[in-house]
Amino acid sequence: MGREMTPKQQSPMSYTVEQLVAVNPYNPDILPDLENYVNEQVSSQTYSLDANLCLLRLYQFEPDRMNTQIVARILIKALMAMPAPDFSLCLFLIPERVQMEDQFKTLIVLSHYLETARFRQFWDEAAKSRQIVEVVPGFEQAVQEYAIHVLSLTYQKIPRTILAEAINFEGPALDKFIEHQVATSGWLLEKGHDKSQLIVLPCNEFNHPELKKNTADSIPLQHITRIFPILS
Amino acid sequence: MASNYEFDDTQQLDSAGYDPNFVPDSVKSFVVHLYRHIREKNVYEIHQMYETSFQTLSERLFKDTPWPSVDAVAQYVDNDHVFCLLYREMWFRHLYARLSPTLKQRIDSWDNYCSLFQVVLHGVVNMQLPNQWLWDMVDEFVYQFQSFCQYRAKMKNKTEAEIALLKQFDQAWNVYGVLNFLQALVEKSTIIQILEQEKEGLEQFTANDGYDYTGGSNVLKVLGYFSMVGLLRVHCLLGDYHTGLKCIQPIDISQQGVFTIVIGSHIATIYHYGFANLMLRRYVEAIREFNKILLYIYKTKQYHQKSPQYEQILKKNEQMYALLAVSLSLCPQLKLVEETVNSQLREKYGEKMLRMQRYDDEAFALYDELFSYACPKFITPSAPTYEEPLVNYNQDAYRLQLKLFLYEVKQQQLLSGVRTFLKVYSTISVGKLATYMEVDEPTLRTILMSYKHKTHAVDSDGKVVSNADIDFSINDDMIQVVESKPTKRYGDYFLRQIVKLEELMTDMDRVKLEA
Repeated sequence: MGREMTPKQQSPMSYTVEQLVAVNPYNPDILPDLENYVNEQVSSQTYSLDANLCLLRLYQFEPDRMNTQIVARILIKALMAMPAPDFSLCLFLIPERVQMEDQFKTLIVLSHYLETARFRQFWDEAAKSRQIVEVVPGFEQAVQEYAIHVLSLTYQKIPRTILAEAINFEGPALDKFIEHQVATSGWLLEKGHDKSQLIVLPCNEFNHPELKKNTADSIPLQHITRIFPILS
Repeated sequence: MASNYEFDDTQQLDSAGYDPNFVPDSVKSFVVHLYRHIREKNVYEIHQMYETSFQTLSERLFKDTPWPSVDAVAQYVDNDHVFCLLYREMWFRHLYARLSPTLKQRIDSWDNYCSLFQVVLHGVVNMQLPNQWLWDMVDEFVYQFQSFCQYRAKMKNKTEAEIALLKQFDQAWNVYGVLNFLQALVEKSTIIQILEQEKEGLEQFTANDGYDYTGGSNVLKVLGYFSMVGLLRVHCLLGDYHTGLKCIQPIDISQQGVFTIVIGSHIATIYHYGFANLMLRRYVEAIREFNKILLYIYKTKQYHQKSPQYEQILKKNEQMYALLAVSLSLCPQLKLVEETVNSQLREKYGEKMLRMQRYDDEAFALYDELFSYACPKFITPSAPTYEEPLVNYNQDAYRLQLKLFLYEVKQQQLLSGVRTFLKVYSTISVGKLATYMEVDEPTLRTILMSYKHKTHAVDSDGKVVSNADIDFSINDDMIQVVESKPTKRYGDYFLRQIVKLEELMTDMDRVKLEA
């Protein structure tokens, strides 16, 4: 028995999963490692798109080995990566008949609401499907971050009620959230015209598009070099 | 069972009057000379024979039959192992192009690629082969893989003999095998490091068009280089766009490179690069690269009229116009499109593009039509279950990609309407715009946020970039519109005129001297 225990199995994993993926992108043997890694990402609140796509690829090559519970976790993690298009990237690799399962249909609906910025509907639907999404810690917070991202692209000053709807906070929870953002992210508070609260979001090139620097009237050095011989 | 099947094979060939052992004199001379040029590393002559003589002979003698078998020609080339592998590679390529390969032939061709790539990977070749030929090898390898997957997925009318053969040779064109060969060529060639070192001036690869002028062989290096394009393509066929783009990252698409020397590789690279970016919603990137290559094809296609790739060039040209039409409909950024390309585009798709803006059922049908016409031939890489009843699944992969693409189009359907209004106002209240658009205020706010999200893509470094030509911001309930006007590029204009003037003055100086 002792002889069968290779030293490799005894020593702690000498490669990180990311390295494993980089070295063996097309090796079915790493499938169990990748599945474990998905669970690890869930519990440690980390994320690796490359590793997860690699796993979906192996499932695509060998559909018999597919574990739909793992697939669901990958998709929830991908939703949490919005505004990046990771959710679609994963769906492209999942066979249509698998996508027909109820839990995936729900996730696709959730993704649709986020993509079209319908936050009210999103939070309602998420509440109904709590058992699916609460498996992954940090889900709500990640969606709130995405909502703040979209709001900061769109608004210079935002009415409190709109913010409340987008991040699904009300009353004291909302006050606390705003307070925190004021302290850490440069949010300011203002009174609106009918005594309602207005939040001034930090200025960026997206909510002040006129600030976007116009690259059109600058000339790359490469082009100038054409006239160097003439100038000299 | 398998032998039965092979028997059928020969029957078929015999009836066409083809004798695999008959070697006409012109073929004898062809292989003798090609073999000599390869041994003497005469790349120019090899290229001539490969591009011209092979095509001419095929056209004259082997229009609808295969070339003579490798066994019949081996005696004229000292039974040279590597030459025979190269000959067979061309033999199969010709067969695929002109006839329809049997399953046995597909499997044999796979075996031949395995032997050929093994030889290259073990570094025992010292040839210099033309880039065109090396590109064709990678291109054909991926094509035959795609063709095999399509063939295998049509299970409905497979004979028992075919199924038995498929089961027996389940490693042939196995997706792991295909990907690992391409990956091995990339790694073994150390092409990524070579390109890296070239940036620091320590290595000459692009400057030498990939050839080796120090007595070595270019085969592994260049095959490794083109294998990155091969990997991009295979990943696109699988719907794995993110990984595909990662594979091509070592090559700087925006610059000239070895991939731009061979027109086929140039087009394949940009077509798949653009398509992957389109699927990743990086429309501006897709538009920019499609525009560049379409202009290039427009200017140079006359030089390729006699090339065996000419038809393929025209087809990809048309497909890329369709993809450009789709990208521009989703992301109106006409200022990125050069005038010649734009007028071609208007001619081909002007009217359709107008209708695509309407986002009604007819518009969706047009998106469907253009996507289906221009998309890669998606594949299902896994083997069938061989369980009764046998069903065809060759359309599954395509249907999935199409469905997800149309899903995206639907999500963007309201954006075109809001854009039309934003175009004519500099400021407008949320309430007023909602009335114009016949929606309630909360709905309008979601449409506006969705507009922002969809026009702001995340690039490959995770940075948010704006793709919007008309942008806005909301201050409480007032919308302020900012249109990025296409600024005239005076700088470039003046630079060109300065150069022109200088040339003119030099010319005049010369005239004076001569007089």
